[in-house]
Amino acid sequence: MPDPAGRPPVTSADIARVFRAEHGRAVAVLIRALGDIDLAEDAVQDAFAVAVARWPRDGMPPSPAGWIITTARRRAIDRLRREASRDARQSEAALIAAPDEPREEGPVRDERLRLVFTCCHPALSREAQVALTLRLLGGLTTAEIARAFLVPEATMAQRIVRAKRKIRDVGIPYRVPRDADLPPRVTSVLSVVYLVFTEGHTATSGSELGRPDLAAEAIRLGRAVVELMPDEPEAKGLLALMLLTEARRPARTDAAGEPVLLADQDRACWDAALVAEGHALVRECLRRNAPGPFQIQAAINAVHTDAATASDTDWVQVVALYDQLLEVFPTDVVRLNRAVAVAEVEGAASGLGLVEGLDLGGYPAFHVVRADLLARLGRSAEAAAALDRARSLTANRVEERLIGLRAARHDA
Amino acid sequence: MDTTRTYLISLFSGDGPPPPEVDLAAIMAELEKINDDIRAAGGWVFAGGLAATSSATVVRKPDAVSDALLTDGPFIEAKEHLGGISIVRAADYDVALGWAERIAGATGLTVEIRPFEQGGPGQQPTTE
Repeated sequence: MPDPAGRPPVTSADIARVFRAEHGRAVAVLIRALGDIDLAEDAVQDAFAVAVARWPRDGMPPSPAGWIITTARRRAIDRLRREASRDARQSEAALIAAPDEPREEGPVRDERLRLVFTCCHPALSREAQVALTLRLLGGLTTAEIARAFLVPEATMAQRIVRAKRKIRDVGIPYRVPRDADLPPRVTSVLSVVYLVFTEGHTATSGSELGRPDLAAEAIRLGRAVVELMPDEPEAKGLLALMLLTEARRPARTDAAGEPVLLADQDRACWDAALVAEGHALVRECLRRNAPGPFQIQAAINAVHTDAATASDTDWVQVVALYDQLLEVFPTDVVRLNRAVAVAEVEGAASGLGLVEGLDLGGYPAFHVVRADLLARLGRSAEAAAALDRARSLTANRVEERLIGLRAARHDA
Repeated sequence: MDTTRTYLISLFSGDGPPPPEVDLAAIMAELEKINDDIRAAGGWVFAGGLAATSSATVVRKPDAVSDALLTDGPFIEAKEHLGGISIVRAADYDVALGWAERIAGATGLTVEIRPFEQGGPGQQPTTE
């Protein structure tokens, strides 16, 4: 139907876009108003159902988010009244603890900030944190989340129900944590986002399993977290790390879908816009000079994406950054990556010396790095053996994944 | 809206006497400090350590008329057992969680925090 004001007609794709963009904000406001996650979710669903019926006829309202929130609030009140008149259900609507707090000073904080901290509360399992964040903040359906994490929908539904029940039963507060609690709680939020990203990142080879684009979803969440916590340099570091990793995705596999090593990647295929945005964020972080693990990893990625060719890579800088990363994150995986960089600066023998001491025998990448360094030193028999070892471990991991998937099906 | 809940904080300890390097007096003093803070915050209900599991008796009586069957020893034989409890009230889970963390830190024991069911019997604080 042509719009009288001459505006383009509203399509269901437009509404879906609004849903994905505004779901988190709408649910967050409604939880605050209603004190109950399920009521809030239902109300927002109702509001979008009304939108689907009305917007194509009446046109998109000037503020779609405001319209959704107002409609959802009205619907929720209607629903509560209906139920209250039928029985005394209203009194038992177990309410989430939303302590009244004095108005925060300065600009009103985005309601989504409370939501993100509640979803990522450390008393919830990491799995539950991830599921709740994607569902409430990201607006993904339970079916989509289940598909993304290769578990049956019933399992994921149960995980979400259990998490919401725990929030209610123990009284996880719906608010931004106190300053004293903030650093570990921010880390928890960032870890959830990064986990979504790495899950999507490793899924690139398994796209035939029909996983939605988790990497893109993680970047969307990462952008929201940066917007919500503009003063948190690690949030910017995480977003930069994700952008710079994502930028290389087109070059990471060849036409046959086989993985391509960083050194052999066609750098013209990298996404220049993502690289530029990632670099800008890294520069902002450097100016702040409050380094943390995500920022340093982003900086390492920035050095790599700064090089026009693999041989132009500033490996001295990479080694220095790994030294810094080791101080805050002293793990053997970081030492392995540092050894690769050292090998570029000082030669394969130095790199191999650092690699040999590491306790990473069960990690395929360890054997791949060893194989590469041994080959460069002309020790080809040992290199071949190391590659075999890597291959056997990789095969096992794929196998394990399939077994895990089957076991999860049986669980349902 | 009153969001006050009552939480059980359980402390789990291994069997037998504590290792000799443990300074029990220092731990008790630290616990008392934490309890004082809980009192000052208005969250205090009760706390106490339990005697050895060997002092436990299991009582079974399937109905009001059957004889009670008493068994010497704890209900569950395990390497770790409930060694003490603290019951606190808080309007904010993070506050109660903070107390649980301090208790764990002071004792080095594994600690569990769990809310009582809301509105159940015994939920109203007894009048002084």
